[in-house]
Amino acid sequence: MFTTQDHEEIREAVRKLCERYPAEYWRELDVKRAYPEAFVNALTEAGYLATLIPEEYGGSGLTLSAAAAVLEEIHRSGGNGGACHAQMYVMGTVLRHGSEAQKQKYLPGIASGDLRMQAFGVTEPTSGTDTTSIRTFARREGEHYVVSGQKIWTSRAEHSDLMLLLARTTLKDEVAKKTDGLSVFILDMREARGSGLSIRPIRTMMNHATTEVFFDNVKVPAENLIGEEGKGFRYILSGMNAERILIAAECVGDAKWLIEKAAGYAKERHVFGRPIGANQGIQFPIARSYANMRAAELMVREAIRLYEAGENCGAEANMAKLLAADASNEAANAAIQTHGGFGFAEEYDVERKFRETRLYQVAPISTNLILSYISEHVLGMPRSY
Amino acid sequence: MKILVPVKRVIDHNVKIRVKTDGSGVDLANVKMSMNPFDEIAVEEAIRLKEAGKADEVVVVSIGPAQAQDVLRTALAMGADRAILITVDGTVEPLTVAKLLKGVAENEQPGLVILGKQAIDDDANQTGQMLAALLGWSQATFASRIDLGADRAKVTREVDGGLQVIDVRLPAIMTADLRLNQPRYASLPNIMKAKKKPLEQKTPQDFGVTVEARLRVLRTEEPAVRQGGIKVANTAELFDKLKNEAGVI
Ligand SMILES: Cc1cc2nc3c(=O)[nH]c(=O)nc-3n(C[C@H](O)[C@H](O)[C@H](O)COP(=O)(O)OP(=O)(O)OC[C@H]3O[C@@H](n4cnc5c(N)ncnc54)[C@H](O)[C@@H]3O)c2cc1C
Repeated sequence: MFTTQDHEEIREAVRKLCERYPAEYWRELDVKRAYPEAFVNALTEAGYLATLIPEEYGGSGLTLSAAAAVLEEIHRSGGNGGACHAQMYVMGTVLRHGSEAQKQKYLPGIASGDLRMQAFGVTEPTSGTDTTSIRTFARREGEHYVVSGQKIWTSRAEHSDLMLLLARTTLKDEVAKKTDGLSVFILDMREARGSGLSIRPIRTMMNHATTEVFFDNVKVPAENLIGEEGKGFRYILSGMNAERILIAAECVGDAKWLIEKAAGYAKERHVFGRPIGANQGIQFPIARSYANMRAAELMVREAIRLYEAGENCGAEANMAKLLAADASNEAANAAIQTHGGFGFAEEYDVERKFRETRLYQVAPISTNLILSYISEHVLGMPRSY
Repeated sequence: MKILVPVKRVIDHNVKIRVKTDGSGVDLANVKMSMNPFDEIAVEEAIRLKEAGKADEVVVVSIGPAQAQDVLRTALAMGADRAILITVDGTVEPLTVAKLLKGVAENEQPGLVILGKQAIDDDANQTGQMLAALLGWSQATFASRIDLGADRAKVTREVDGGLQVIDVRLPAIMTADLRLNQPRYASLPNIMKAKKKPLEQKTPQDFGVTVEARLRVLRTEEPAVRQGGIKVANTAELFDKLKNEAGVI
């Protein structure tokens, strides 16, 4: 049903790993809104979360296509990489912009999984998509920065040792360019919890360990600043293409799983004495999702090709995310509709995937903002916001 | 001790098998192929024996088309040390496979050969036994537990009535049953290492074996579609049907 792909041996091994965490595993966690600790540990121990970390720091030193293959297969198998995908790519900011001392200190631990760096604190309740308007502030006091403010939707903060934190170090109205005056820090939450940092989980419509985080004069050693003070926005941006591509790969995986599930059910379910899949009204939405999934998959590949060649892939990474999130959302809709009433029953897992994949219309960047990007940066139309 | 593990590339166990319309066989075009699951168990067992210090080298061998390299790489990624591919296109019957394996065993001199008890494509369940006969070595088929000593091994076999424990002299041929172990999945670092492990290419001629067909497939057909069941009204009717229709009591 699906064509041959790259990294077949990695995909095969990830599929085997995922077979040990079948639908019942995810279903049970979903009911309890519990963290897939066993799955994440297995993935960590087998080295898959260290795909992108260079060999000199204990990882496998592979390129983005390998990481995309790992995440796609997790989703393709009906699982969800959302609990740990950030462990793969948040470290990219440290790798690209951190000092050698920071890399030596953190990357080997992240590679082995002894250190989890899978919380990324950008979004705030009052700024939302408008990132440069964040208010969380880090003021310099001797050998420390002291952080006050609030983040929201900081996923996995309760299951992470380190947070990559974006904060203002100069107020927005005191900088020439609003993208200046923002800085990135490595926040050790093990030390900060109890001394000013508090984390509150947010229950959402799917099992996603997301939280809101409050900073009340949290001290961060100055040596934890990444790169230069005030240049943080650029450091964060440089990691976003990778993030978008990887999330798009997960959506492609979701779409494949949903399409297979829907087509399988359409062939087996008999109503009026024949399979429901004999009706074009059932076939066409699934066929269309398939076509859109394949188109998205090709855009993901194109974005990866540019990324790996070191070329600018901003437009392609954004379009890959847009098309893939749309394809998985469309496939989820088709899958529920094909399953009729059974689509709503937990034991078919379709409703769970439907809820899970819906997120990617909004996070980590919403569809509207991608369209704005294409309008402005690709088509040269006026900036709309 | 060296352990030799033959592995076969077969249609993946998750694939829904389709018979070719002309009945000449199973449709393999664009179908996912993988390592025979029983061979995976055999590879796992060999690696565990090595990890336990009871063996020092695990050599995997496959007989099949060039693409069988993939299953060899999978075995190497699980932890086997090196691989041999004997390239043959088309069907190879169990006796031919056994003859080729005999050649490999004579070159390699392993203390133990572990095969899968059967391949899930043709379910022949012959190769291990034929190899033991050709070599004149002891055989322990359907193994669910292997206790390997220096020159003898105790093997627990799954037989119809339960479990049978036999003691065999080495070198020996063993075939793996389902419950012998649960094979591991490869870790990413081991997948990377596997790419650099040696894979030697051979042909049947290297072993003086000619690949010939002794069997002819007359027809391949799908199993009959299962008829839906019925509900019985009470236990009396159930007993009646079991006795008079099914004839099982
Ligand atoms: C489950 C979950 C996990 C998340 N994890 C993280 C995380 O780990 N770290 C993190 O920093 N953030 C995280 N996020 C936050 C996520 O990135 C934001 O929710 C997203 O960027 C949108 O911001 P917002 O929610 O404030 O929406 P808003 O910015 O308030 O936008 C609301 C709606 O208005 C639209 N909109 C806004 N401005 C425009 C415009 N100019 N033109 C057209 N439409 C516009 C948006 O597209 C959206 O549909 C997560 C969110 C969720 C739900």
